Amino acid sequence: MTTFWSIWVTVIMLGTIFGCTWLLLSTRKSQTSDVETDRTMGHSFDGIEEYDNPLPKWWFYLFMSTIVFSLGYLALYPGLGNYKGLLGWTSVNQWEAEVAEADALYGPIYAQYGKTAVPELAKVDDAMKLGQRLFAINCTVCHGSAARGQVGFPNLTDTDWLYGGSPEAILHTLNNGRMGVMPAKGVMPNMTDTQVDQVVNYVLSFSDRAKDPASVEAGKAVFMQGCAACHGADGKGMQAVGAPNLTDNVWLYGSNFDWIRQTVIHGRQNQMPAQSGRLSQDQIQILAAYVYSMSN
Amino acid sequence: MKHEIVEKNIGLMIVLIMLTISGGFLAEVVPLFFLKSVNEPIDGLEPLAALELEGRDIYIREGCHVCHTQQIRPFRAETERYGHYSVAGEFVYDRPFLWGSKRTGPDLARVGGRYSDAWQRQHLYNPRSVVPESNMPAFPWLFEDLVNHNGTAAKLTGLQTLGVPYTDEQIALAAASVEGKFEIEALLAYLQQLGTVLPNKR
Repeated sequence: MTTFWSIWVTVIMLGTIFGCTWLLLSTRKSQTSDVETDRTMGHSFDGIEEYDNPLPKWWFYLFMSTIVFSLGYLALYPGLGNYKGLLGWTSVNQWEAEVAEADALYGPIYAQYGKTAVPELAKVDDAMKLGQRLFAINCTVCHGSAARGQVGFPNLTDTDWLYGGSPEAILHTLNNGRMGVMPAKGVMPNMTDTQVDQVVNYVLSFSDRAKDPASVEAGKAVFMQGCAACHGADGKGMQAVGAPNLTDNVWLYGSNFDWIRQTVIHGRQNQMPAQSGRLSQDQIQILAAYVYSMSN
Repeated sequence: MKHEIVEKNIGLMIVLIMLTISGGFLAEVVPLFFLKSVNEPIDGLEPLAALELEGRDIYIREGCHVCHTQQIRPFRAETERYGHYSVAGEFVYDRPFLWGSKRTGPDLARVGGRYSDAWQRQHLYNPRSVVPESNMPAFPWLFEDLVNHNGTAAKLTGLQTLGVPYTDEQIALAAASVEGKFEIEALLAYLQQLGTVLPNKR
């Protein structure tokens, strides 16, 4: 704040306080007693008159005490322009003190867990209680409170991993996020509707559910051309690009003919948001261990 | 002084009343108009792109600000949950600001990038499908209606008049950049950039 505005604020603040004080004292001069008088204000309306009684003492002293309070407050806290106040309080240093207090309490716990390797950490009960809280706050909106996922958001408990379930892979997923893209019709943009139906039947045949067994063979040819590049010739997927295993009967976007057909025709895009900018490395280590513990 | 003097001179009373009631405004509000820290954008803050601005207007139209604040207060409980506390320099291009005053839902000041686009779409289409206990209304019409692009350029021009640094080129291209977009796309563009200028380490 510039000196001008600092003085501006100070003058108005003190002017208001002392103005109120002066008004209160100066209008009280002739009324130092609280004995009721017979004297009226001297005006009458429809025979109604108003007594000129002094202010009640309790009211007067209450008002005076608020003035004293305000002066004490302005001495201690920043209220007069650039004057910092005797306590040096600001909302930011109050926040810093809160954070420092919490860090002193929880910091060593987090630091200890943060240094523990994921598989060992997954066996520490207290760390997993912490992990459950962190998961509930940060992960459940997509993966569900039991981590079983839902359509479009992976189940973390079924040991079926899009990008791998090793500690390193989980940490990488948490830190950097993942971008999953299945292009519409895979790498075969001119796939006809008949070919789509055929390839869906072929994909269903991995789990013995082909709707039209006759078209499975034709579907295999389409699969090799349009899908095998990512999902592999055997349909077992490729974790390096997050291409799901199609043979394990675990489905991210629905398992029936129509859903899979939708997936083939329109493709799918999904994203796991990166957490490294939001959570500390120690928190990510604990979360990784918690996720790891669900399937190990 | 006798109180009769004030009470029997209505002109004097008017002057004194005006002085009294303007004191707070003059001391607490007027200096803010000239204060650097509340008038200068933080590093990296850009005015909203046309699509994001339309998204912001949809946010206002649907009343999102009635249940969601956009202001993280400097308390540890809030910064742990939402990220870095809000600073004035983040809101200099917001006209009007959308800080809100009541949290039925969570604060959205730093919701940008927190959830995937797919989650946001599903959640806005039917909140119960991803958060079973949610009491947020569903907004399915956002997926059917197109952004009205007729007023976009005028909105940018209006903000430019108020001091938001839009270039004339941006205004010229504004309508074309939102034409044919669904309202959900505009709203998502707005939501996914919220609060992303300040690093939000918890």
